[in-house]
Amino acid sequence: MIEVSNLSVSFGSGERRKQVVKGVSFQVAKGETLGIVGESGCGKSTVLRSLAGLDRHWEGEIRLNGQPVERVRSREHLTLAQMVFQDPYGSIHPRHRIERVLAEPARAMKTGEGWDRVAPALEQVGLPAAFAERFPHELSGGQRQRVAIARALMLEPEVLLLDEPTSALDVSVQAEVLNLLADLREERGLTYVLVSHDLAVIAHMCDRVLVMKDGLFVDELDKSDLARGETHHAYSKQLFEASYL
Amino acid sequence: MSLASTSPARGKSGLMLSRLRRSLGNALDKLSHEPVGMLGFLVLSLLVIVAIFAPLIAPYSPSTQNLEQALLPPSWAHWAGTDEFGRDILSRLIYGTRITIQTVLAVSLIVGPIGMLIGIVAGFAGGRTDAILMRFTDIVLSFPSLILALAFAAAIGAGLQTAIIAISLTGWPPIARLARAETLIVRNTDYVAAARLYGASPLRLLFLYIAPMCIPSVVVRLTLNMAGIILTAAALGFLGLGAQPPAPEWGAMISSGRRFMLDNWWVAVMPGIAILLTSLAFNLVGDTLRDILDPRHARS
Repeated sequence: MIEVSNLSVSFGSGERRKQVVKGVSFQVAKGETLGIVGESGCGKSTVLRSLAGLDRHWEGEIRLNGQPVERVRSREHLTLAQMVFQDPYGSIHPRHRIERVLAEPARAMKTGEGWDRVAPALEQVGLPAAFAERFPHELSGGQRQRVAIARALMLEPEVLLLDEPTSALDVSVQAEVLNLLADLREERGLTYVLVSHDLAVIAHMCDRVLVMKDGLFVDELDKSDLARGETHHAYSKQLFEASYL
Repeated sequence: MSLASTSPARGKSGLMLSRLRRSLGNALDKLSHEPVGMLGFLVLSLLVIVAIFAPLIAPYSPSTQNLEQALLPPSWAHWAGTDEFGRDILSRLIYGTRITIQTVLAVSLIVGPIGMLIGIVAGFAGGRTDAILMRFTDIVLSFPSLILALAFAAAIGAGLQTAIIAISLTGWPPIARLARAETLIVRNTDYVAAARLYGASPLRLLFLYIAPMCIPSVVVRLTLNMAGIILTAAALGFLGLGAQPPAPEWGAMISSGRRFMLDNWWVAVMPGIAILLTSLAFNLVGDTLRDILDPRHARS
């Protein structure tokens, strides 16, 4: 579903040029959930933003659904992958009612009016259709993140890019949102790339985990490795030990 | 009751009306917690009513001269006294509200959209566009509006329209700077990033995502500017470059009253009080408006 080869991303120019992602390659199969873990600043969010099409100065090759995508995405390529952001308080326009938030993707893409799809979209993420009338500040953090997930699904993408989707939520709500994501994955056959530094979230959701350090993947763990707590690299061992303390 | 039946049906004017009523109700509710702002709103609504019904309210004609009754002090017959031509000052003040409100509205309607458009385009486009637009703004900002108005009046001739154009010409840069500052914040937010991801065009981003976030601060700024506009218009009138006699412009009234200041104080003081009250009301309303316009705002 996703094939990335030799992806590197640098910020700045001249002497202050800093390479954040240093030529990484990975694949994600259809229906799989790939986790990327690593400490803050290791480049994991940058990889995700390049995949989504938000960062436009990457080099290398990204193929979504078999098609190579450009740095500046065409509308068709944009519908292949959508993103859910970390902070549900900042990712929804504070002056749009929920119905507008959910209708906007279809309207912006000019694929229809979008208003009639608001109620089913809300019900799909477990919110009452009456919420369409509300403003974001009248919703809780968990409810907002559900709206953000519903919005990301409005264009029916096959890939959902999750940038720490639960780290801004409290623990009980985290579980609800993760379960919702797991249910949606099953219903729609979605492919996820989940970036997080919370190993519990990663272990709960992912089939495969890449450990990132200083712009490179240093370790790859599959489900059985995660279950046994097995690691293949000193850094990932350190990371896992720190989180199980 | 099924959930689907409460979901919104589009295009129904009833729905829009109920929303409007709800947000209006909210605004009034918030306003009732702000006694000072309430006072400002009351003074302004009074001003608007007086302007609309001026011919019905004014006890005398604003321009008919009666030299036998010149320079009478305030009395029951003439509440604010009469001026050097025997015209009732109260009636002139009442008709003067029309000129004041006309000036303020015209300037705000010209300055607001222009300033906002330049600001959000500069902030959103960035780079060279931003630099060019902002340097242009800086240049205009450096013109003192009164001096420009003087030059203008010399070129086209004095009058209310000249005053409005001159004040507008130098009034938009602060709005543009404000809108640009807001845009710089908004364009990097996650909701704009999300909108880019679902293919929103630059125009859509500008008008549906960024402009709504700039409007409250622009409206507040405009309202606070209105006091300044009144004062500038009065200053132009005082210098004889605004509305021309016998139009009852407040600044011009002060100007003509200046000559009798020591013996007949009311000729200059009455329009002065009118200007003071009106600019004060606009300032109070501007302060209060921010609290009301922002749905997220909660007074601590």
